[in-house]
Amino acid sequence: MTFFMQILISGLVVGAVYALVAFGFVLIYKSSDVINFAQGEFLLVGAYIALSLVVFYQVPFPAAVALTLSMCVILGVVVERLVLRPFIGERVISVIMATIGLSLLMRGIIQMVWGTETRTFPGIFPDMPVRLGDVVVSQIYLWSLAVAVVLLVVFTVFFKYSSTGIVMRAAADDQVAALSMGISVKRIIAITWAIAAVVAAIGGILLGNINGVNPSLAYIGLMVLPVVILGGLDSVPGAVVGGFIIGILESLAGGYLDPLIGGGVKEVAPFAVLLLVLMVRPYGLFGKEIIERV
Amino acid sequence: MAPQLVIDTLTLHFGGVTALSGVYQEVNPGDILAVIGPNGAGKTSLLNCISGLYRPSAGRIVFEDREITNLPPHRRAQLGIGRTFQNIELFKHMTVLENLMLGRHIHMSQGLVSGGFYWGRARREEEVHRRRVEEIIDFLEIESIRHKAVGTLAYGLQKRVELGRALALEPRLLLLDEPMAGMNLEEKEDMARFILDVAEEWGTTLILIEHDMGVVMDISDQVAVLDFGRKIAEGTPEEVQKNPLVVKAYLGKQ
Repeated sequence: MTFFMQILISGLVVGAVYALVAFGFVLIYKSSDVINFAQGEFLLVGAYIALSLVVFYQVPFPAAVALTLSMCVILGVVVERLVLRPFIGERVISVIMATIGLSLLMRGIIQMVWGTETRTFPGIFPDMPVRLGDVVVSQIYLWSLAVAVVLLVVFTVFFKYSSTGIVMRAAADDQVAALSMGISVKRIIAITWAIAAVVAAIGGILLGNINGVNPSLAYIGLMVLPVVILGGLDSVPGAVVGGFIIGILESLAGGYLDPLIGGGVKEVAPFAVLLLVLMVRPYGLFGKEIIERV
Repeated sequence: MAPQLVIDTLTLHFGGVTALSGVYQEVNPGDILAVIGPNGAGKTSLLNCISGLYRPSAGRIVFEDREITNLPPHRRAQLGIGRTFQNIELFKHMTVLENLMLGRHIHMSQGLVSGGFYWGRARREEEVHRRRVEEIIDFLEIESIRHKAVGTLAYGLQKRVELGRALALEPRLLLLDEPMAGMNLEEKEDMARFILDVAEEWGTTLILIEHDMGVVMDISDQVAVLDFGRKIAEGTPEEVQKNPLVVKAYLGKQ
Protein backbone atom coordinates (compact mmCIF):
# COMPACT_ATOMS: atom_id res chain seq x y z
CA MET A 1 0.00 0.00 0.00
CA THR A 2 2.80 2.38 0.91
CA PHE A 3 4.53 1.56 -2.36
CA PHE A 4 1.33 2.24 -4.24
CA MET A 5 0.88 5.59 -2.49
CA GLN A 6 4.46 6.60 -3.26
CA ILE A 7 3.91 5.82 -6.91
CA LEU A 8 0.59 7.58 -6.94
CA ILE A 9 2.06 10.75 -5.49
CA SER A 10 4.97 10.89 -7.88
CA GLY A 11 2.48 10.25 -10.67
CA LEU A 12 0.36 13.15 -9.48
CA VAL A 13 3.36 15.47 -9.44
CA VAL A 14 4.49 14.51 -12.93
CA GLY A 15 0.86 14.67 -14.03
CA ALA A 16 0.54 18.19 -12.65
CA VAL A 17 3.47 19.31 -14.78
CA TYR A 18 2.00 17.58 -17.82
CA ALA A 19 -1.28 19.33 -17.10
CA LEU A 20 0.44 22.74 -17.01
CA VAL A 21 2.30 22.20 -20.26
CA ALA A 22 -0.74 20.68 -21.95
CA PHE A 23 -2.83 23.59 -20.74
CA GLY A 24 -0.65 25.99 -22.72
CA PHE A 25 -0.74 23.69 -25.71
CA VAL A 26 -4.54 23.55 -25.72
CA LEU A 27 -4.85 27.32 -25.26
CA ILE A 28 -2.77 27.90 -28.37
CA TYR A 29 -4.68 25.28 -30.31
CA LYS A 30 -8.04 26.71 -29.33
CA SER A 31 -7.21 30.32 -30.05
CA SER A 32 -5.34 29.87 -33.31
CA ASP A 33 -5.56 26.22 -34.46
CA VAL A 34 -1.80 25.94 -34.14
CA ILE A 35 -0.28 22.65 -32.94
CA ASN A 36 2.74 23.86 -31.00
CA PHE A 37 5.53 21.32 -31.06
CA ALA A 38 7.83 23.75 -29.23
CA GLN A 39 5.92 23.58 -25.96
CA GLY A 40 8.66 21.39 -24.44
CA GLU A 41 11.30 23.94 -25.38
CA PHE A 42 9.36 26.70 -23.63
CA LEU A 43 9.58 24.51 -20.54
CA LEU A 44 13.33 24.11 -21.01
CA VAL A 45 13.95 27.81 -21.54
CA GLY A 46 12.01 28.65 -18.39
CA ALA A 47 13.91 26.10 -16.34
CA TYR A 48 17.29 27.26 -17.62
CA ILE A 49 16.66 30.96 -17.20
CA ALA A 50 15.52 30.46 -13.61
CA LEU A 51 18.49 28.20 -12.94
CA SER A 52 20.96 30.70 -14.35
CA LEU A 53 19.47 33.53 -12.35
CA VAL A 54 19.67 31.54 -9.14
CA VAL A 55 23.05 29.91 -9.67
CA PHE A 56 25.08 32.48 -11.61
CA TYR A 57 23.48 35.75 -10.65
CA GLN A 58 22.59 34.76 -7.09
CA VAL A 59 19.09 36.16 -7.47
CA PRO A 60 16.82 35.04 -4.62
CA PHE A 61 14.51 32.26 -5.81
CA PRO A 62 11.15 34.13 -5.75
CA ALA A 63 12.65 37.09 -7.62
CA ALA A 64 14.30 34.71 -10.06
CA VAL A 65 10.95 33.07 -10.77
CA ALA A 66 9.24 36.44 -11.28
CA LEU A 67 12.01 37.56 -13.61
CA THR A 68 11.93 34.28 -15.52
CA LEU A 69 8.19 34.47 -16.04
CA SER A 70 8.40 38.07 -17.28
CA MET A 71 11.04 37.01 -19.77
CA CYS A 72 8.83 34.11 -20.87
CA VAL A 73 5.95 36.51 -21.48
CA ILE A 74 8.23 38.40 -23.85
CA LEU A 75 9.50 35.19 -25.41
CA GLY A 76 5.96 33.94 -26.05
CA VAL A 77 4.88 37.20 -27.65
CA VAL A 78 8.03 37.49 -29.77
CA VAL A 79 7.81 33.89 -30.99
CA GLU A 80 4.19 34.37 -32.00
CA ARG A 81 4.97 37.63 -33.77
CA LEU A 82 8.07 36.46 -35.64
CA VAL A 83 7.39 32.80 -36.30
CA LEU A 84 3.65 32.15 -36.23
CA ARG A 85 2.04 35.33 -37.51
CA PRO A 86 3.54 35.06 -41.02
CA PHE A 87 1.83 31.66 -41.23
CA ILE A 88 -1.70 32.91 -40.62
CA GLY A 89 -3.89 31.46 -43.35
CA GLU A 90 -1.26 28.93 -44.43
CA ARG A 91 -1.91 25.20 -44.54
CA VAL A 92 -1.86 23.22 -41.30
CA ILE A 93 1.16 21.23 -42.40
CA SER A 94 3.18 24.42 -42.97
CA VAL A 95 2.34 25.66 -39.49
CA ILE A 96 3.27 22.32 -37.95
CA MET A 97 6.60 22.35 -39.78
CA ALA A 98 7.17 25.89 -38.52
CA THR A 99 6.66 24.91 -34.88
CA ILE A 100 8.85 21.81 -35.31
CA GLY A 101 11.52 24.04 -36.82
CA LEU A 102 11.06 26.44 -33.94
CA SER A 103 11.49 23.64 -31.42
CA LEU A 104 14.74 22.47 -33.05
CA LEU A 105 16.04 26.01 -33.26
CA MET A 106 15.25 26.69 -29.62
CA ARG A 107 16.81 23.42 -28.52
CA GLY A 108 19.95 24.21 -30.49
CA ILE A 109 20.27 27.62 -28.91
CA ILE A 110 19.62 26.18 -25.47
CA GLN A 111 22.41 23.64 -25.93
CA MET A 112 24.75 26.34 -27.21
CA VAL A 113 24.12 28.49 -24.18
CA TRP A 114 23.75 25.97 -21.39
CA GLY A 115 25.40 22.81 -22.71
CA THR A 116 23.97 19.31 -22.35
CA GLU A 117 24.99 18.18 -18.86
CA THR A 118 22.41 18.07 -16.11
CA ARG A 119 22.43 21.15 -13.90
CA THR A 120 20.75 21.27 -10.54
CA PHE A 121 19.06 23.98 -8.56
CA PRO A 122 20.65 24.60 -5.16
CA GLY A 123 18.40 23.20 -2.42
CA ILE A 124 15.60 25.74 -2.45
CA PHE A 125 12.92 23.64 -0.87
CA PRO A 126 13.69 22.09 2.52
CA ASP A 127 15.20 18.59 2.33
CA MET A 128 13.19 17.23 5.24
CA PRO A 129 10.62 14.83 3.84
CA VAL A 130 7.08 15.01 5.12
CA ARG A 131 5.31 11.98 6.54
CA LEU A 132 1.73 11.49 5.47
CA GLY A 133 0.77 8.40 7.46
CA ASP A 134 3.06 5.67 6.21
CA VAL A 135 4.05 7.53 3.13
CA VAL A 136 7.17 9.63 3.00
CA VAL A 137 7.04 12.50 0.54
CA SER A 138 9.72 15.04 -0.18
CA GLN A 139 8.57 18.62 0.26
CA ILE A 140 9.35 19.64 -3.28
CA TYR A 141 6.76 17.13 -4.47
CA LEU A 142 4.07 18.67 -2.33
CA TRP A 143 5.08 22.18 -3.35
CA SER A 144 5.00 21.27 -7.02
CA LEU A 145 1.60 19.70 -6.70
CA ALA A 146 0.23 22.67 -4.78
CA VAL A 147 1.66 25.24 -7.20
CA ALA A 148 0.32 23.40 -10.22
CA VAL A 149 -3.14 22.89 -8.75
CA VAL A 150 -3.42 26.52 -7.60
CA LEU A 151 -2.33 27.75 -11.03
CA LEU A 152 -4.79 25.54 -12.83
CA VAL A 153 -7.61 26.75 -10.59
CA VAL A 154 -6.62 30.39 -11.04
CA PHE A 155 -6.55 30.04 -14.81
CA THR A 156 -9.87 28.22 -14.88
CA VAL A 157 -11.48 31.03 -12.88
CA PHE A 158 -9.75 33.57 -15.10
CA PHE A 159 -11.25 32.07 -18.25
CA LYS A 160 -14.67 31.66 -16.77
CA TYR A 161 -15.17 35.01 -15.09
CA SER A 162 -12.60 37.67 -16.00
CA SER A 163 -13.42 39.96 -18.89
CA THR A 164 -10.13 39.17 -20.61
CA GLY A 165 -10.81 35.46 -20.16
CA ILE A 166 -14.27 35.78 -21.65
CA VAL A 167 -12.92 37.75 -24.60
CA MET A 168 -10.28 35.05 -25.10
CA ARG A 169 -12.94 32.36 -25.15
CA ALA A 170 -14.97 34.38 -27.62
CA ALA A 171 -12.00 34.81 -29.94
CA ALA A 172 -11.31 31.07 -29.74
CA ASP A 173 -14.94 30.35 -30.54
CA ASP A 174 -15.29 32.58 -33.60
CA GLN A 175 -12.50 34.88 -34.77
CA VAL A 176 -14.52 36.70 -37.41
CA ALA A 177 -17.28 37.49 -34.94
CA ALA A 178 -14.71 38.62 -32.36
CA LEU A 179 -13.21 41.04 -34.90
CA SER A 180 -16.63 42.48 -35.63
CA MET A 181 -17.02 43.13 -31.88
CA GLY A 182 -13.88 45.28 -31.93
CA ILE A 183 -11.75 42.59 -30.32
CA SER A 184 -8.16 42.52 -31.52
CA VAL A 185 -7.67 38.84 -32.25
CA LYS A 186 -3.94 39.37 -32.83
CA ARG A 187 -3.61 40.73 -29.32
CA ILE A 188 -5.56 37.79 -27.91
CA ILE A 189 -3.31 35.31 -29.69
CA ALA A 190 -0.25 37.13 -28.36
CA ILE A 191 -1.64 36.87 -24.82
CA THR A 192 -2.29 33.17 -25.42
CA TRP A 193 1.32 32.54 -26.37
CA ALA A 194 2.52 34.50 -23.37
CA ILE A 195 0.38 32.40 -21.03
CA ALA A 196 1.48 29.18 -22.73
CA ALA A 197 5.15 30.11 -22.34
CA VAL A 198 4.63 31.07 -18.70
CA VAL A 199 2.83 27.89 -17.62
CA ALA A 200 5.39 25.77 -19.45
CA ALA A 201 8.20 27.66 -17.70
CA ILE A 202 6.58 27.05 -14.32
CA GLY A 203 6.41 23.35 -15.17
CA GLY A 204 10.08 23.48 -16.10
CA ILE A 205 11.09 25.20 -12.87
CA LEU A 206 9.17 22.64 -10.81
CA LEU A 207 10.65 19.67 -12.67
CA GLY A 208 14.08 21.28 -12.53
CA ASN A 209 13.88 21.45 -8.78
CA ILE A 210 12.95 17.77 -8.62
CA ASN A 211 15.33 16.18 -11.12
CA GLY A 212 17.69 18.89 -12.30
CA VAL A 213 17.65 20.42 -15.77
CA ASN A 214 19.04 19.00 -18.99
CA PRO A 215 17.93 19.31 -22.62
CA SER A 216 16.17 15.94 -22.56
CA LEU A 217 13.44 17.53 -20.41
CA ALA A 218 12.04 18.78 -23.71
CA TYR A 219 10.58 15.27 -24.12
CA ILE A 220 7.64 16.67 -22.15
CA GLY A 221 6.75 18.58 -25.28
CA LEU A 222 6.02 15.18 -26.82
CA MET A 223 4.32 13.78 -23.71
CA VAL A 224 1.80 16.55 -24.17
CA LEU A 225 0.46 14.75 -27.23
CA PRO A 226 -0.98 11.70 -25.42
CA VAL A 227 -2.28 14.07 -22.75
CA VAL A 228 -4.20 16.32 -25.12
CA ILE A 229 -5.38 13.48 -27.34
CA LEU A 230 -6.78 11.78 -24.26
CA GLY A 231 -8.31 14.95 -22.85
CA GLY A 232 -9.49 16.36 -26.16
CA LEU A 233 -7.42 18.77 -28.24
CA ASP A 234 -9.75 21.70 -27.72
CA SER A 235 -10.63 21.18 -24.07
CA VAL A 236 -8.88 23.02 -21.24
CA PRO A 237 -10.37 20.78 -18.51
CA GLY A 238 -9.40 17.86 -20.74
CA ALA A 239 -5.75 18.96 -20.66
CA VAL A 240 -5.81 19.03 -16.87
CA VAL A 241 -7.58 15.69 -16.39
CA GLY A 242 -5.54 14.10 -19.18
CA GLY A 243 -2.32 15.39 -17.62
CA PHE A 244 -3.04 13.78 -14.28
CA ILE A 245 -4.24 10.51 -15.82
CA ILE A 246 -1.18 10.14 -18.05
CA GLY A 247 1.16 11.11 -15.19
CA ILE A 248 -0.33 8.51 -12.84
CA LEU A 249 -0.52 5.87 -15.54
CA GLU A 250 3.11 6.40 -16.45
CA SER A 251 4.10 6.17 -12.82
CA LEU A 252 2.07 3.01 -12.21
CA ALA A 253 3.50 1.38 -15.35
CA GLY A 254 6.99 2.27 -14.17
CA GLY A 255 6.38 0.98 -10.65
CA TYR A 256 4.58 -2.28 -11.36
CA LEU A 257 5.22 -3.34 -14.95
CA ASP A 258 8.79 -2.25 -15.52
CA PRO A 259 10.27 -4.59 -12.86
CA LEU A 260 8.37 -7.50 -14.40
CA ILE A 261 9.62 -7.20 -17.95
CA GLY A 262 12.82 -5.28 -17.45
CA GLY A 263 11.80 -1.70 -18.16
CA GLY A 264 10.50 0.41 -21.00
CA VAL A 265 6.78 0.23 -20.22
CA LYS A 266 6.80 3.58 -18.45
CA GLU A 267 7.95 5.36 -21.59
CA VAL A 268 5.64 3.46 -23.91
CA ALA A 269 2.42 3.40 -21.86
CA PRO A 270 1.32 7.01 -22.63
CA PHE A 271 1.72 6.45 -26.33
CA ALA A 272 -0.17 3.18 -26.18
CA VAL A 273 -2.97 5.23 -24.65
CA LEU A 274 -2.62 7.75 -27.46
CA LEU A 275 -3.11 5.05 -30.09
CA LEU A 276 -5.99 3.50 -28.20
CA VAL A 277 -7.80 6.82 -27.80
CA LEU A 278 -7.33 7.65 -31.47
CA MET A 279 -8.93 4.34 -32.39
CA VAL A 280 -11.81 4.40 -29.93
CA ARG A 281 -12.59 8.03 -29.23
CA PRO A 282 -10.54 10.30 -31.48
CA TYR A 283 -11.93 13.52 -30.02
CA GLY A 284 -10.80 12.52 -26.52
CA LEU A 285 -12.62 12.62 -23.21
CA PHE A 286 -13.86 16.21 -23.37
CA GLY A 287 -13.17 17.29 -26.92
CA LYS A 288 -15.80 18.43 -29.34
CA GLU A 289 -17.07 15.62 -31.46
CA ILE A 290 -16.84 16.84 -35.01
CA ILE A 291 -19.55 15.33 -37.12
CA GLU A 292 -18.97 15.70 -40.79
CA ARG A 293 -21.99 15.39 -42.95
CA VAL A 294 -21.16 14.17 -46.37
CA MET B 1 -26.13 66.77 -45.77
CA ALA B 2 -22.66 65.25 -45.84
CA PRO B 3 -22.66 61.52 -46.46
CA GLN B 4 -21.71 59.37 -43.48
CA LEU B 5 -20.03 56.75 -45.60
CA VAL B 6 -18.34 57.15 -48.95
CA ILE B 7 -17.34 54.08 -50.90
CA ASP B 8 -15.00 55.61 -53.44
CA THR B 9 -14.46 53.63 -56.64
CA LEU B 10 -13.74 50.38 -54.88
CA THR B 11 -12.10 47.55 -56.76
CA LEU B 12 -11.39 44.11 -55.32
CA HIS B 13 -9.53 41.27 -57.03
CA PHE B 14 -9.10 37.70 -55.86
CA GLY B 15 -6.30 36.39 -58.04
CA GLY B 16 -7.74 36.73 -61.52
CA VAL B 17 -11.32 37.18 -60.37
CA THR B 18 -12.73 40.66 -60.06
CA ALA B 19 -15.24 40.72 -57.21
CA LEU B 20 -15.81 44.48 -57.25
CA SER B 21 -15.04 46.90 -60.00
CA GLY B 22 -15.08 50.66 -59.46
CA VAL B 23 -18.05 50.70 -57.10
CA TYR B 24 -18.99 54.17 -55.91
CA GLN B 25 -21.68 54.75 -53.32
CA GLU B 26 -22.56 57.40 -50.78
CA VAL B 27 -24.67 56.64 -47.75
CA ASN B 28 -26.42 59.39 -45.82
CA PRO B 29 -26.78 59.26 -42.04
CA GLY B 30 -29.94 57.51 -40.88
CA ASP B 31 -30.65 55.97 -44.28
CA ILE B 32 -31.41 52.35 -44.98
CA LEU B 33 -29.51 51.30 -48.06
CA ALA B 34 -30.34 47.94 -49.58
CA VAL B 35 -27.71 46.27 -51.74
CA ILE B 36 -29.26 43.85 -54.18
CA GLY B 37 -28.06 41.80 -57.09
CA PRO B 38 -27.84 38.24 -58.40
CA ASN B 39 -25.71 35.64 -56.62
CA GLY B 40 -22.00 36.34 -56.98
CA ALA B 41 -22.60 40.00 -57.75
CA GLY B 42 -20.17 41.09 -55.01
CA LYS B 43 -22.63 42.15 -52.33
CA THR B 44 -20.96 40.37 -49.42
CA SER B 45 -17.53 41.38 -50.75
CA LEU B 46 -18.65 44.99 -50.54
CA LEU B 47 -19.77 44.53 -46.94
CA ASN B 48 -16.52 42.79 -46.09
CA CYS B 49 -14.58 45.72 -47.52
CA ILE B 50 -16.55 48.14 -45.36
CA SER B 51 -16.15 46.08 -42.18
CA GLY B 52 -12.49 45.42 -42.94
CA LEU B 53 -12.39 41.67 -43.50
CA TYR B 54 -11.23 42.35 -47.07
CA ARG B 55 -8.74 44.97 -48.20
CA PRO B 56 -9.79 46.49 -51.51
CA SER B 57 -7.27 46.34 -54.36
CA ALA B 58 -8.02 49.96 -55.22
CA GLY B 59 -10.28 52.76 -54.02
CA ARG B 60 -11.03 54.31 -50.66
CA ILE B 61 -13.60 54.01 -47.91
CA VAL B 62 -14.34 57.11 -45.87
CA PHE B 63 -16.44 56.85 -42.73
CA GLU B 64 -17.48 60.09 -41.01
CA ASP B 65 -14.76 62.07 -42.82
CA ARG B 66 -12.08 59.62 -41.82
CA GLU B 67 -10.39 57.29 -44.26
CA ILE B 68 -10.66 53.72 -42.97
CA THR B 69 -9.51 51.81 -46.06
CA ASN B 70 -6.49 50.31 -44.31
CA LEU B 71 -7.78 49.95 -40.76
CA PRO B 72 -8.03 46.40 -39.38
CA PRO B 73 -11.59 45.14 -38.74
CA HIS B 74 -11.50 45.50 -34.95
CA ARG B 75 -10.51 49.16 -35.24
CA ARG B 76 -13.49 49.81 -37.51
CA ALA B 77 -15.80 48.20 -34.98
CA GLN B 78 -14.34 50.56 -32.39
CA LEU B 79 -15.20 53.49 -34.68
CA GLY B 80 -18.85 52.42 -34.66
CA ILE B 81 -19.30 50.02 -37.56
CA GLY B 82 -21.21 46.92 -36.51
CA ARG B 83 -22.28 43.97 -38.61
CA THR B 84 -23.99 40.62 -38.84
CA PHE B 85 -23.11 37.74 -41.11
CA GLN B 86 -24.80 35.73 -43.82
CA ASN B 87 -23.89 32.46 -42.09
CA ILE B 88 -24.52 33.34 -38.46
CA GLU B 89 -21.26 33.96 -36.58
CA LEU B 90 -22.23 33.74 -32.93
CA PHE B 91 -20.18 32.51 -29.99
CA LYS B 92 -22.07 29.22 -29.99
CA HIS B 93 -20.89 27.89 -26.66
CA MET B 94 -21.91 31.00 -24.78
CA THR B 95 -25.31 32.19 -23.65
CA VAL B 96 -27.36 34.89 -25.34
CA LEU B 97 -26.49 37.26 -22.51
CA GLU B 98 -22.75 36.56 -22.80
CA ASN B 99 -22.90 37.12 -26.55
CA LEU B 100 -24.58 40.47 -26.07
CA MET B 101 -22.17 41.45 -23.31
CA LEU B 102 -19.30 40.74 -25.68
CA GLY B 103 -20.98 43.19 -28.02
CA ARG B 104 -20.26 45.81 -25.34
CA HIS B 105 -16.54 45.08 -25.58
CA ILE B 106 -15.57 48.39 -27.18
CA HIS B 107 -17.37 50.33 -24.47
CA MET B 108 -15.61 48.59 -21.62
CA SER B 109 -12.89 50.85 -20.36
CA GLN B 110 -10.93 48.56 -18.07
CA GLY B 111 -7.64 47.40 -19.45
CA LEU B 112 -6.10 43.99 -19.19
CA VAL B 113 -4.95 44.28 -15.59
CA SER B 114 -7.77 46.13 -13.89
CA GLY B 115 -10.25 44.25 -16.04
CA GLY B 116 -8.88 40.97 -14.83
CA PHE B 117 -11.56 40.48 -12.24
CA TYR B 118 -14.88 41.99 -11.35
CA TRP B 119 -13.97 44.22 -8.49
CA GLY B 120 -14.97 47.77 -7.57
CA ARG B 121 -15.09 50.01 -10.58
CA ALA B 122 -15.19 47.11 -12.99
CA ARG B 123 -18.24 45.70 -11.22
CA ARG B 124 -20.12 49.03 -11.37
CA GLU B 125 -19.22 49.36 -15.01
CA GLU B 126 -20.50 45.88 -15.63
CA GLU B 127 -23.88 46.88 -14.23
CA VAL B 128 -24.14 49.78 -16.66
CA HIS B 129 -23.43 47.48 -19.59
CA ARG B 130 -25.80 44.88 -18.26
CA ARG B 131 -28.60 47.46 -18.20
CA ARG B 132 -27.88 48.46 -21.79
CA VAL B 133 -27.92 44.82 -22.86
CA GLU B 134 -31.21 44.21 -21.07
CA GLU B 135 -32.74 47.09 -23.06
CA ILE B 136 -31.70 45.38 -26.25
CA ILE B 137 -33.08 42.07 -25.00
CA ASP B 138 -36.42 43.77 -24.32
CA PHE B 139 -36.37 45.50 -27.67
CA LEU B 140 -35.79 42.25 -29.56
CA GLU B 141 -38.22 40.33 -27.37
CA ILE B 142 -35.75 37.61 -26.43
CA GLU B 143 -36.18 37.79 -22.64
CA SER B 144 -37.07 34.13 -22.29
CA ILE B 145 -33.89 32.82 -23.91
CA ARG B 146 -31.31 35.10 -22.35
CA HIS B 147 -29.58 32.31 -20.43
CA LYS B 148 -29.70 29.71 -23.20
CA ALA B 149 -26.57 28.71 -25.12
CA VAL B 150 -27.00 30.19 -28.59
CA GLY B 151 -25.96 26.96 -30.29
CA THR B 152 -29.19 25.38 -29.06
CA LEU B 153 -31.50 28.08 -30.45
CA ALA B 154 -33.63 27.91 -33.55
CA TYR B 155 -32.20 29.56 -36.66
CA GLY B 156 -34.54 32.55 -36.67
CA LEU B 157 -33.74 33.31 -33.05
CA GLN B 158 -30.02 33.04 -33.68
CA LYS B 159 -30.40 35.66 -36.40
CA ARG B 160 -32.15 37.88 -33.89
CA VAL B 161 -29.45 37.35 -31.25
CA GLU B 162 -26.80 38.22 -33.79
CA LEU B 163 -28.62 41.47 -34.53
CA GLY B 164 -28.80 42.10 -30.79
CA ARG B 165 -25.08 41.57 -30.37
CA ALA B 166 -24.35 44.01 -33.21
CA LEU B 167 -26.72 46.53 -31.58
CA ALA B 168 -24.96 46.15 -28.22
CA LEU B 169 -21.98 47.78 -29.90
CA GLU B 170 -24.20 50.86 -30.42
CA PRO B 171 -23.00 51.19 -34.00
CA ARG B 172 -23.60 54.34 -36.00
CA LEU B 173 -23.37 52.24 -39.13
CA LEU B 174 -24.79 48.74 -39.12
CA LEU B 175 -24.15 46.23 -41.88
CA LEU B 176 -26.64 43.38 -42.18
CA ASP B 177 -25.80 40.50 -44.50
CA GLU B 178 -29.08 38.79 -45.43
CA PRO B 179 -30.78 39.34 -42.07
CA MET B 180 -33.90 37.50 -43.23
CA ALA B 181 -32.43 34.64 -45.23
CA GLY B 182 -34.11 31.34 -44.43
CA MET B 183 -36.84 32.89 -42.31
CA ASN B 184 -40.54 32.30 -42.54
CA LEU B 185 -42.97 35.13 -43.25
CA GLU B 186 -43.70 35.93 -39.62
CA GLU B 187 -40.03 36.00 -38.67
CA LYS B 188 -39.32 38.23 -41.66
CA GLU B 189 -41.99 40.68 -40.57
CA ASP B 190 -40.54 40.79 -37.05
CA MET B 191 -37.06 41.38 -38.40
CA ALA B 192 -38.26 44.12 -40.77
CA ARG B 193 -39.93 45.85 -37.83
CA PHE B 194 -36.74 45.65 -35.76
CA ILE B 195 -34.67 47.06 -38.60
CA LEU B 196 -37.05 49.98 -39.14
CA ASP B 197 -37.10 50.67 -35.39
CA VAL B 198 -33.32 50.67 -35.19
CA ALA B 199 -33.11 53.23 -37.98
CA GLU B 200 -35.91 55.36 -36.60
CA GLU B 201 -35.33 55.31 -32.84
CA TRP B 202 -31.56 55.07 -32.71
CA GLY B 203 -30.78 56.96 -35.90
CA THR B 204 -28.49 54.16 -37.00
CA THR B 205 -27.45 54.07 -40.64
CA LEU B 206 -28.07 50.66 -42.15
CA ILE B 207 -26.69 48.83 -45.15
CA LEU B 208 -28.38 45.54 -45.80
CA ILE B 209 -28.16 42.79 -48.32
CA GLU B 210 -31.46 41.12 -48.98
CA HIS B 211 -32.93 38.87 -51.62
CA ASP B 212 -36.58 39.25 -50.72
CA MET B 213 -37.62 42.09 -53.03
CA GLY B 214 -40.84 42.67 -51.15
CA VAL B 215 -38.89 43.43 -47.99
CA VAL B 216 -36.34 45.54 -49.84
CA MET B 217 -39.05 47.69 -51.41
CA ASP B 218 -40.81 48.06 -48.08
CA ILE B 219 -38.04 49.13 -45.79
CA SER B 220 -35.21 50.71 -47.76
CA ASP B 221 -34.70 54.39 -48.54
CA GLN B 222 -32.11 53.73 -51.21
CA VAL B 223 -31.26 50.71 -53.29
CA ALA B 224 -27.94 49.92 -54.99
CA VAL B 225 -27.84 47.16 -57.57
CA LEU B 226 -24.69 45.15 -58.20
CA ASP B 227 -24.09 42.81 -61.09
CA PHE B 228 -20.76 41.05 -61.75
CA GLY B 229 -19.02 43.42 -59.34
CA ARG B 230 -20.29 46.58 -61.01
CA LYS B 231 -22.94 48.92 -59.75
CA ILE B 232 -25.53 49.03 -62.47
CA ALA B 233 -28.19 51.16 -60.80
CA GLU B 234 -29.12 53.13 -57.74
CA GLY B 235 -32.08 55.08 -56.53
CA THR B 236 -35.26 54.78 -54.55
CA PRO B 237 -36.96 51.36 -54.61
CA GLU B 238 -39.49 52.59 -57.20
CA GLU B 239 -36.81 53.97 -59.52
CA VAL B 240 -34.74 50.81 -59.34
CA GLN B 241 -37.72 48.57 -59.96
CA LYS B 242 -38.38 50.31 -63.28
CA ASN B 243 -34.75 50.38 -64.41
CA PRO B 244 -34.37 48.18 -67.50
CA LEU B 245 -30.77 47.30 -66.60
CA VAL B 246 -31.95 45.86 -63.30
CA VAL B 247 -34.68 43.85 -64.92
CA LYS B 248 -32.15 42.50 -67.39
CA ALA B 249 -29.68 41.54 -64.66
CA TYR B 250 -32.32 39.61 -62.80
CA LEU B 251 -34.24 38.04 -65.65
CA GLY B 252 -31.64 37.86 -68.39
CA LYS B 253 -32.09 39.34 -71.87
CA GLN B 254 -35.66 39.77 -72.91
